[in-house]
Amino acid sequence: MERRAGESGLAYAWRWLREHAVMLVGALVVLYLLVPIVVIFVFSFNDPAGRYNFTWVGFTLSHWENAFGIEDLTEALLTSIKLALLATVISTIVGTMMALALVRHRFFGRRLANFLIVIPMATPEVVMGAALLSFFLLIGTFSLGFETLLIAHVMFCISFVVVVVRSRLIGFDRSLEEAARDLGAGPFTTFRLITLPLILPGVFGGAMLAFALSIDDFVISNFNSGTTVTFPLYIFGAAQRGIPVEVYCVAMVLFGFTVAAMGFATWQQRRAEKLTEVRPEQEGAMMPMPPAQATT
Amino acid sequence: MVAVLRRRVIPYLLLGPGTFWLVLFFVVPLYYMFKLSLETGIVGNLEFNWHWANYSEALDLYHSQLVRSFIYAGVATGASLLLAYPLAYAIAFKAGRYRNLMLFAVVAPFFTTYLIRTLAWETILSDQSPVTEFMHAVGLAPSGHVLATSFAVIAGLTYNFLPFMILPIYASLERIDIRLIEAGKDLYASATQSFLRVTLPLSMPGVVAGVLLTFIPAAGDYVNAQFLGGVGNRMIGNVIQSLYLSQSNYPSAAALSFVLMALIMIAVVIYIRFAGSEALMGEEAR
Repeated sequence: MERRAGESGLAYAWRWLREHAVMLVGALVVLYLLVPIVVIFVFSFNDPAGRYNFTWVGFTLSHWENAFGIEDLTEALLTSIKLALLATVISTIVGTMMALALVRHRFFGRRLANFLIVIPMATPEVVMGAALLSFFLLIGTFSLGFETLLIAHVMFCISFVVVVVRSRLIGFDRSLEEAARDLGAGPFTTFRLITLPLILPGVFGGAMLAFALSIDDFVISNFNSGTTVTFPLYIFGAAQRGIPVEVYCVAMVLFGFTVAAMGFATWQQRRAEKLTEVRPEQEGAMMPMPPAQATT
Repeated sequence: MVAVLRRRVIPYLLLGPGTFWLVLFFVVPLYYMFKLSLETGIVGNLEFNWHWANYSEALDLYHSQLVRSFIYAGVATGASLLLAYPLAYAIAFKAGRYRNLMLFAVVAPFFTTYLIRTLAWETILSDQSPVTEFMHAVGLAPSGHVLATSFAVIAGLTYNFLPFMILPIYASLERIDIRLIEAGKDLYASATQSFLRVTLPLSMPGVVAGVLLTFIPAAGDYVNAQFLGGVGNRMIGNVIQSLYLSQSNYPSAAALSFVLMALIMIAVVIYIRFAGSEALMGEEAR
């Protein structure tokens, strides 16, 4: 921004401030968003005196060296990863099928199906967790543990997968499929060779969101875990008696992996979009956009 | 004939497994929880007898936590909106080449576990931290403590659900046809006028969605109150969690969960009536 002729310094400063006010506030909010992450990073190098890692004492690498040395913690992390992978696979398949049905077909009960998908997202987690626990307790078929966690995680992931995949499907150019049909491809060949590759970025975005939701879930898991311990549940348990610094290190490792996965997904998506001329329209202001979509 | 039949059947086949899962593990559990809320006795010896008194007793004991949850969630939602709108606006219209970097910053908190983020706030707001000392110095924390106050819990809620506010607002701002704003300027609208009469109304679907996505989880949350609050800051989520998981008082806990869900539903319906329904149902309403 240039200083106008004859403009006083103060007037210029005021004009500059007005021009950049939104960006300045935005930058402050960004800072606010990042502060806790920086704190986690910094405190993963802390050498706390007691059991509580709240005040800075001194720098040490020992907790990083021992990051995967706490057996319970590592086991909880592995349980979480296994759970998230299974929940992601199931909810992505089931959710993609639902999205296909909702976008492509008009049928009786469509509004009801839409409602069924929206309502879990509008229910507080504590209610879902409590309802599932009531169900498991009263019917008594399931013993609380990995199995019930998987059931719960798939349940709350499905809706999000549907929303993400649906937003991708809406801009889909169906003439490509018709062309394949005209050239003699059967429905399954068409799906495998045309539909699936084109919706794959959306499906992948949905899967990433499902994985992120599952691995980070605390509230619903808290109700339905029995004696199984996931990573968030381990942290909650440990918080009562003082968090080992290694938790912060593991959290940073997870952070690094997620950032890398996101970078990869974005790159894949850009590539997929370049390969085809089909550019699905950006859609869906309704739900928080999945990380994969948000960065494109 | 067969082809028609197949077309008819296909959507139901595609919907089948997901619907089955959602009905069996979302709808049916709600029914069981409702049943449980009208039972008496302890685990293993519960009896269904339309015991509506569970509701009145639970409300008698815990109405203050219930009211507090809605106040905290309301304040946190308002604070999120105040923080989110300028940032979303900046990303959509002013960020230029920093756009992706700023979007990354918005989703970055999701990449660290929710509980760890909240623990980080416990560190930031602990007694000897610079933030607390600063607040003490300027008179915002006369006691020298920030933890175990309403402020700490609301700050935690605001932080944790802020991205849910930013992303939908950003999405609706980004979709605005810039020519509409230019047209306003051409017709001699001032910057303020064109914001109030063009940009703001067009971003309302995002605001409505953001408010819902922030308020609903915040009202049911118990992690922030657990880590950042004290005994006087317990929310309804804490009560439900402890009744279910420590005290095994299932009927009261189930009754409270239902009350929470019903109140949120009522609030959402009123809000949607007031703010318009385009946002919630997405493309369905369009």
